[in-house]
Amino acid sequence: MRGLRPLMLAGLAALGLSASGPAGAQALIADLTEHLIAISTGFTGTSVVLFGTTEGKGDVVVTVQGPPQDTVVRRKEQAGGIWLNRGEVTFNDVPSYYAVAASAPLEQLMSERSLARNGIGIDNLRFAVPPSDSKPSREEVANFHDALVRKRQQLGLYPERGGTVRFVGDRLFRTTIYFPANVPTGLYQVQVYLISDGEIVNAETTPLSVGKTGMGAEISEFAHYHALIYATLAVIGSVIAGWVATLPFRKV
Amino acid sequence: MQIYLPIAEISVNAFYLLLMGGGVGYLSGLLGVGGGFLMTPLLMFIGIPPAVAVGTQANQLIGASVAGVMVHWRRRNVDVRMALVMLCGSSLGTVMGVGLFALMKRLGHIDLLISLSYFVLLGTLGSLMMWEALRSLLRSRKGRPSRNRLHHAAWVRALPLKMRFPKSLLYISALLPAGIGFVIGLLVAVMGVGGGFLLVPAMIYLLGMPASVVAGTSLLQVIFTTAIAAWLQAAINQTVDGLLALLLMAGGVIGAQLGTRAAGALRGEHARMLLAILILGVALKLGLDLVLPPHDPYSIETLERPS
Repeated sequence: MRGLRPLMLAGLAALGLSASGPAGAQALIADLTEHLIAISTGFTGTSVVLFGTTEGKGDVVVTVQGPPQDTVVRRKEQAGGIWLNRGEVTFNDVPSYYAVAASAPLEQLMSERSLARNGIGIDNLRFAVPPSDSKPSREEVANFHDALVRKRQQLGLYPERGGTVRFVGDRLFRTTIYFPANVPTGLYQVQVYLISDGEIVNAETTPLSVGKTGMGAEISEFAHYHALIYATLAVIGSVIAGWVATLPFRKV
Repeated sequence: MQIYLPIAEISVNAFYLLLMGGGVGYLSGLLGVGGGFLMTPLLMFIGIPPAVAVGTQANQLIGASVAGVMVHWRRRNVDVRMALVMLCGSSLGTVMGVGLFALMKRLGHIDLLISLSYFVLLGTLGSLMMWEALRSLLRSRKGRPSRNRLHHAAWVRALPLKMRFPKSLLYISALLPAGIGFVIGLLVAVMGVGGGFLLVPAMIYLLGMPASVVAGTSLLQVIFTTAIAAWLQAAINQTVDGLLALLLMAGGVIGAQLGTRAAGALRGEHARMLLAILILGVALKLGLDLVLPPHDPYSIETLERPS
């Protein structure tokens, strides 16, 4: 029985049916200090604390995924002495943000295979490539994939250094998730995995929303829903601003 | 002071924006160019998405140009009649340019087309201006007055619809400024800039307008081209960031005032030489980007999801 349970739960976790495991599962409860990151005018990045408790022994891995986006990666090649975009690959459902935190180095917690199967860790992210006329080779796609991850890392959206989950005593844990100033808006998924003997024995998902508030939100909403009025106002606004600006200089 | 820009969706230092606006505004007041061809790369450099950079700078240039024109207006350095005639051509050109842009985009390699046309145009223009400015500088050193008026070819003089432009002391066919306006409107739409850096040399060398009225007249023209561009960008693509434009404008109008004032103290040849250096610099940068191996051959673009 003891050998069977982790297997069964790993299956459940993979299916995402894991908010609260069946009776007798190793309990895992986790929550965030905040479920809404409000981007106001003075926003310079923020952090959110995830905390929780486990029953029994195990390690904890946390992944944070931003809303999925379709992304084109282009590559410049030299032709006739000029560098121009020759190749491109489109990836579907690329998380706009991805971060991992763990209570121990990932490779010590799980085998390479189960990390890959569960898509944990930046190296194990897989993005779908829609079918296209120009079928790039597997190797080529891998090159473009790596470039995409590298670009995101440069932007600070796929933090290279994994965070640390700290245990307070045997059962309480906490970790801090940092979001940079350029964090994309949308609905985030925070996954918490409980790992024991190299397998996922429980998992929990908690949502996190990143949205604009205050003046910024109003401007962006207005620009989106009343584009014609916004456009006209923007033009009139600039004309007036330009005129007003000359007033103090008038007498000179 | 960090400030979050609602449309660009990025947090940047407001002080940088004021400084950038001021610097480009100064040049625009001094030389009569809008400075769009400088501002767009600068904005992209600090991390603003390219589409937002292009849309917003068009909006910001309206304000800067209005401020510039006001100053020139008070000094009676604006040839309204000339600007209106050119406007007829440039509005038509802008509309057709938008169509051309869409066509090229469908055929692919629009980026390359833009870079190449910038490079060829700016390179030729910059070299010609530099050559001319150096020559007239040498001539004035020797004490001879520089020749201001161009002698138009016979076919130019034979064009119909002759009009008097008292401010510019010209009696030429209206087709000439309207045609120049048309070509520039076309380029403005394809390149996404105000077009002042093309208008100024065209007015000086092709029309033979006196240097004193060139800056003001060109700025008046730029107000309209940028207004059309900004309106289209905001209405269709929603890429005009009001807050970003406001900050750039705050710096820009002050810079433009100082620049316009400095322009009075600057001799025509010097102003043209400065503009030539600026244009050659941008052309050189673009040319190197095309030829040198890029720092990172890969680039990414996030696609808009139809919602």
